Amino acid sequence: MQQSNTYIIVYSAVLTIILGLLLSGSAQVLGPWQQEAIALDKKKQILGAVISAEEIAAMTPEQVNAFYSSRISSTVVDITGKEVTADGVSAEKVEIAKDYKKPAEERTYPVFIYHAEGNPEAVESYIFPMYGAGLWDAIWGYLALDTDLNTIKGITLAHAAETPGLGARITEAKVQGRYVNKKIFDESGALVTVMMQKGENKDYSSDPHKVDGMSGATITGNGVNNMLKAYMGCYEAYIKAKSAPKVVAVL
Amino acid sequence: MSAETIEKSVAVKPAEPLLSKRRKKLITDPLIDDNPVTVQVLGICSSLAVTTQMQPTLVMAISVIFVVALSNFAISLMRNTIPARVRIIVQLAVVATLVTIVSEILKAFAYDMYKELSVFIGLIITNCIVMGRLEAFAMGNKPYDSMLDGLGSALGYSWIILTVAFFRELWGSGAVFGIPVFQYISSLFGPDFKLATNGLMVTPVGAFIILGLIVWVQRTKTGYVEH
Repeated sequence: MQQSNTYIIVYSAVLTIILGLLLSGSAQVLGPWQQEAIALDKKKQILGAVISAEEIAAMTPEQVNAFYSSRISSTVVDITGKEVTADGVSAEKVEIAKDYKKPAEERTYPVFIYHAEGNPEAVESYIFPMYGAGLWDAIWGYLALDTDLNTIKGITLAHAAETPGLGARITEAKVQGRYVNKKIFDESGALVTVMMQKGENKDYSSDPHKVDGMSGATITGNGVNNMLKAYMGCYEAYIKAKSAPKVVAVL
Repeated sequence: MSAETIEKSVAVKPAEPLLSKRRKKLITDPLIDDNPVTVQVLGICSSLAVTTQMQPTLVMAISVIFVVALSNFAISLMRNTIPARVRIIVQLAVVATLVTIVSEILKAFAYDMYKELSVFIGLIITNCIVMGRLEAFAMGNKPYDSMLDGLGSALGYSWIILTVAFFRELWGSGAVFGIPVFQYISSLFGPDFKLATNGLMVTPVGAFIILGLIVWVQRTKTGYVEH
């Protein structure tokens, strides 16, 4: 049957309003749960840089929260390495994705510190968030450095829309494990970070600044390299400031 | 397809049992004889993409069942009011709303699954099974029948993707629902024995092979031939 144009327009408008109400209603109702899920996921990613994925998978959400609050402390620094102590600034609240759009000097940089249980002085590793571009969309991650602020203890990488089976493999433990024990500074103290190479199944165990690549995902790999380089550059001042006193003590 | 002839026969009878023979057929037909994936060859894209592991596949199957059954029901309720000229847009809007609700629910209560499936949940909108059933059935049949029809088609889709996922996860990763079956079997035969997994199964190629085998077995049994 043929309906008049008015009928069609009114019908479409009413339908749009009803569906719109349904959608905004469901978003409203589910919002708090979603926020909680996102916060929990962030904690899991941060912890993922220092403990294994299996350990995290075995924890209940309550255990993750408890573990996080007893083992992680945090601080926020600026590009010169100075701590930002203004009111309302907390590392958990910094949104790396939003800050990423600002010039590097204006961003705030959270640092998460993994320490022995209940003792923030006994630092075990420093965890730095990173954010960058993959092949299709954003990639991000957390890099954990040992107390020498040079040796990589672990890395978590995540992505928004890399190709499954190719670039999306950056989330696999096997790929992330390649970074462990690599070094971000060379012997002269210059920042070189770790570069993922083109091609796969080559042995880079003798080179502390190179890791095996992902076959078919060179652009994602380059994205990870750029991200590492950019963010370690931003944290360099903080890292140098933190590690300097220890070098003096050794000398 | 039996879809077109149904409306007439219903009008005569006073009250049909909730699961009459005809209605049962609405559900069982798409399982084998008129399976959306293996016979109608719809929804192939997602059955290749999400079937590397059982768990996400199960979530995907449940989501598709929810979307297809409810969209069929909703569109059938509205079928006499929908303006013919914009009916596809109306159908799309309803399907998109349902899919968005599914994805919001997953985001709230199964965030890991939401991350893993993310784009594929959104792509249920474009799954040909959904639009196909709306056009072929829901636009011309009563709501309850339409819901059963949607349920049938979605179940037909679900068991196929779950079967594909079962073999892909088993041969590709040596596990079922994340339980390392291969490792367990290997340990029964002593320390040196190790069942090998096949990396091909993890790639979409593996899904093509499994799907092809299912189609082969099924058509040998049912004698179905494409014209």
